[in-house]
Amino acid sequence: MKILVAVKRVIDYNVKVRVKADQTDVDLANVKMALNPFCEIAVEQAVRLKEAGQADEIVVVSVGSKSCEEQLRTALALGADRAIRIDTDDGPDSLSVARLLAEVARTEQPGLVLLGKQAIDSDNNQTGQMLAALLDWPQGTFACAMTVTDDGVEVTREVDGGMQTVALTQPAIVTTDLRLNEPRYASLPNIMKAKRKPLAVIEPAALGVTVASNIRLLSVEPPAGREAGIKVGSVDELVDKLKNDAKVI
Amino acid sequence: MRILVIAEHDNQTLKPATLSTLAAAAELGSDISLLVAGHQCQAVADQAAQVPTVSKVLLADNPACANQLAENVARLVLGLAEGYSHILAPSTTTGKNLLPRVAALLGVNQLSDISAVVSADTFKRPIYAGNAIATVQSSDAVKVITVRGTAFDAVAATGGSATIETVSADCDVKQSCFVGEELASSDRPELTAARVVVSGGRGMGNGENFELLYNVADKLGAAVGASRAAVDAGFVPNDMQVGQTGKMVAPELYIAVGISGAIQHLAGMKDSKIIVAINKDEEAPIFQVADYGLVADLFEVMPELEQKL
Repeated sequence: MKILVAVKRVIDYNVKVRVKADQTDVDLANVKMALNPFCEIAVEQAVRLKEAGQADEIVVVSVGSKSCEEQLRTALALGADRAIRIDTDDGPDSLSVARLLAEVARTEQPGLVLLGKQAIDSDNNQTGQMLAALLDWPQGTFACAMTVTDDGVEVTREVDGGMQTVALTQPAIVTTDLRLNEPRYASLPNIMKAKRKPLAVIEPAALGVTVASNIRLLSVEPPAGREAGIKVGSVDELVDKLKNDAKVI
Repeated sequence: MRILVIAEHDNQTLKPATLSTLAAAAELGSDISLLVAGHQCQAVADQAAQVPTVSKVLLADNPACANQLAENVARLVLGLAEGYSHILAPSTTTGKNLLPRVAALLGVNQLSDISAVVSADTFKRPIYAGNAIATVQSSDAVKVITVRGTAFDAVAATGGSATIETVSADCDVKQSCFVGEELASSDRPELTAARVVVSGGRGMGNGENFELLYNVADKLGAAVGASRAAVDAGFVPNDMQVGQTGKMVAPELYIAVGISGAIQHLAGMKDSKIIVAINKDEEAPIFQVADYGLVADLFEVMPELEQKL
């Protein structure tokens, strides 16, 4: 079985973002970028399935400018076999990304597509579900466990009330939650090897997709600030403040 | 302006998240249909009909919708979508699973997790774990939207008498089936709807020590949450996680115990009215957002707090 993994280049999760002074967007100049943490979990899961003999090839794909090849190389160093970059400006909308990925999936014909459940920049949580819709495939979102069977995949999902397990036919889409696995670190030899693995660049036009969005970003503002309050010296003082000042208990 | 809202329920009870989503819908217009898709869920439709904000309840009672499988319910919604200008669902795991699928089937984008309605086509939504608020405008023919429950005050649950219209639905696409679920059962209030939340972090040390929080929570009628660190460490189950990728809460009182305050955690609770932080590390970032900070050992403080409440 072939596995397709879609990944996104995002701001490193440790970096605190700042809104630009003109409020047109957040300021990403000279900010450390990384593989989206959920995408990293998706790559790791694909590698584990290959190591377990349940997959024979892992193709990793990203949509964006040349800079995202850095994250594709990271995925290759973690164990993906080859990479595809679809050449667009950075940050196309989710539906365009899903349309591009759907065309790649139609060509590559994977048994399974793995994606992170959300990117930590736009926090949309929608590309995997949209891809499933466009391909008319089943979806197992927010996966914290999965078992590949002969003709399907069983996915345990993190839901608001606890866990839910669903059985999907193949081919299927799975989006990963935090506790599906703990990604490995790429070893130095693997990082070197990854530089020689194939990386193809495809234009959206070659896939018959026009990247255009009906969503316009009008402005970006910082959230309402929250000032640090006071330190209290004892439990008695805390209870007194909550009762008499804040009046919340 | 015709608005379709997807109800959140468990085939027995209409969930509070629906009432917050209806509040967002009411800012868009007054012609609001509420879809109750499920199986043997007449009781939910009856509750929905009492919500004064709802003009009409659409009841789709079908075994294929029993467990809210996105493949089936999306097909159902697609069949009902014509004529609606807006389709809304709560930003719960059910809504987040379903609605992007609906949007893609309709050939439109989705606006995720909106926190304010600016106009019929313009909305605010948090991005970057709530460190920035984007204002976005959609020119899509249908606006497909998930709604952040904590950002809208729930509409009244009773007092209305909407009509219930049964919609037939052949929507079993046979791509997925429900195998089972493990749902947490608790007598405490639901995390996202509680007036008071007590949360524990890595500082709790282990799962048994969460007893200290349960004891205080029970005195306050509070729900108990956790940071990602505590969930990852296996102290407590995932449904208790508060944060960017867990649950969003905005109670009147949030008590963070042994939580350092990573930005991903703050994203899930910083809209709380009053925040209390209890941590022995006075440099912990949680103190920067806390109204009342107590630098102390939680193992000494929590039993004392329980006693004095």
